[in-house]
Amino acid sequence: MTDRCPGRDAPHLAVIGAGPAGLAAALAAAARGVRVTLLDAEPEAGGQFYRQPAAALRARRPQALHHQWRTFARLRHGLARHIAAGRVRHAREHHVWFAERAPDGGFTVHALTGPGRGDPAEVRADAVLLATGGHETVLPFPGWTLPGVVTAGGAQAMLKAGLVTSGNTAVVAGTGPLLLPVATGLAAAGVDVRALVESADPGALPRQARALAAQPGKLAEGALYAGQLLRHRVRVLTRHTVVEAHGTERLEAVTVAALDAGGRTRPGTARRIACATLAVGHGMLPHTDLADALGCRLAGPAVHADDEQRTDVPGVWAAGECTGVGGAALSLAEGHIAGRSAAARLLGAPPGPDAWPEAARTRARLRAFSAVLDAVYTPPPGWGERVTDATVVCRCEEVTAGAIRASVRELGAGDVRTVKLLTRAGMGWCQGRMCAPAVAGLAGCAFTPSRRPFARPVPLGVLARAGEDAGGDGGRAEDQGEGDGRAAGAGG
Amino acid sequence: MRTPLELADARPGPAFTVTLDGREIEALPGQTVAAALWSAGITSWRGTRGEDRPRGVFCGIGVCFDCLVTLNDRPNQRACLAPLHPGDAIRTQRGTGHDD
Repeated sequence: MTDRCPGRDAPHLAVIGAGPAGLAAALAAAARGVRVTLLDAEPEAGGQFYRQPAAALRARRPQALHHQWRTFARLRHGLARHIAAGRVRHAREHHVWFAERAPDGGFTVHALTGPGRGDPAEVRADAVLLATGGHETVLPFPGWTLPGVVTAGGAQAMLKAGLVTSGNTAVVAGTGPLLLPVATGLAAAGVDVRALVESADPGALPRQARALAAQPGKLAEGALYAGQLLRHRVRVLTRHTVVEAHGTERLEAVTVAALDAGGRTRPGTARRIACATLAVGHGMLPHTDLADALGCRLAGPAVHADDEQRTDVPGVWAAGECTGVGGAALSLAEGHIAGRSAAARLLGAPPGPDAWPEAARTRARLRAFSAVLDAVYTPPPGWGERVTDATVVCRCEEVTAGAIRASVRELGAGDVRTVKLLTRAGMGWCQGRMCAPAVAGLAGCAFTPSRRPFARPVPLGVLARAGEDAGGDGGRAEDQGEGDGRAAGAGG
Repeated sequence: MRTPLELADARPGPAFTVTLDGREIEALPGQTVAAALWSAGITSWRGTRGEDRPRGVFCGIGVCFDCLVTLNDRPNQRACLAPLHPGDAIRTQRGTGHDD
């Protein structure tokens, strides 16, 4: 860490992501004397969980689509206070594509901003806190590329931010706790939700009584959703799956069927349900690209973090879904701990072993609960066998399941990377974010996060000039351009 | 029947006009390209490069790149992220979005 005067030259922490984890981290660090730049891709803080209607829609009741809105109101108020006091700068609509260690020992965070996201922006900081969240996984099935088939989180995001739905009828399907708020949200917004199709058996949850008993809030939340589903007359089909989506130019109907214990569809249970929207999801995957590029160790699909939410790279913290998917409440606890740890260490006062007992207890409890959910909400058994050879698996490069199977059976591919080289699966715009788990599953390989040097597509011109001024006068560092006098490279 | 706008008690300013392939559609202030197209009952606006199959919104949060659209002559914009302004010209996109 560089020598700085107190106040305007206080240590500088770049927090990437303004969802629950990033907000909690930014607030905790700023309250303890650290300067924070909070970078986020969206115009408003909140992330996916607290996504709110665009300001110009002037929604007077944004909380109608949310749970725990009061928590967000508190976070947002705290953020505004820190911004007004000059302790936090909120870099809105900053799409971070890379973070790297700078020659002086700090870090440079590279983002794209401006109309069309074509303008480079760099932020220099003494430490980085990754709160990059995650994205939804959808396993393929025949017809899943039809317009009208959207991810469960996507249907929710369009509803929360744009106050729009695609048509007046929907089926919500897949597996996991996210399906509940998606179904109840769509129903409250006037959509006829014709079925909630869950492949798991949530009836197995009560057997995990101890972890559940420690979570009265979570039980109340579950009961609330159950009540709303009843009120909106949403039919809940557990241990069922969507077998196929039908339509030519867009979705017209889905076929759902019951699953037996072995993951096969039960004969005679298939039924066709007409719907304009199918909102489907099979859980979430952490965003690990920035962490991976910084050299942080991953543990399975997530960023490894210690008790203080530190990664194994000095100066880099991580919190929230990127360290393992566990929901907004867990993200808040992890973010709070990460922000406090970062502040303490940046200010030269390493925290003791029991520095934040309450947050640590909350984190432990919520992790135990999340482990219970993970054990129940597993991918629909037998999903791979229901993917026909003609089904497109890689949506970007239009690679079919048949091509992936042929690369394994006929060409001898034994890992996902070889499958990719032989078929182009995972080489398109989304860089495998949508298809990687499915490609691995169909190829019979274990899923491991892909290594992507950059977290987002970057114009070549931006890439060519990136870091030209690193360690120099910071003329391109945007902190100066915004005239707030808190140039990250000042005095460097 | 209740609409999402009613649920959130949204009172946006007056709608404005944009075009989709020359045809006029209305958009509300604050809506993204994708939100305005959904409001107009349109769910697909891209033909894939290989098979020219229809696509629209899939992930809704800028990760999947399925909803690409040409906005004011700029191809490959993510409709779920791109804000709209009065007079904007949206074009459905086929293939790479470049004239090839």
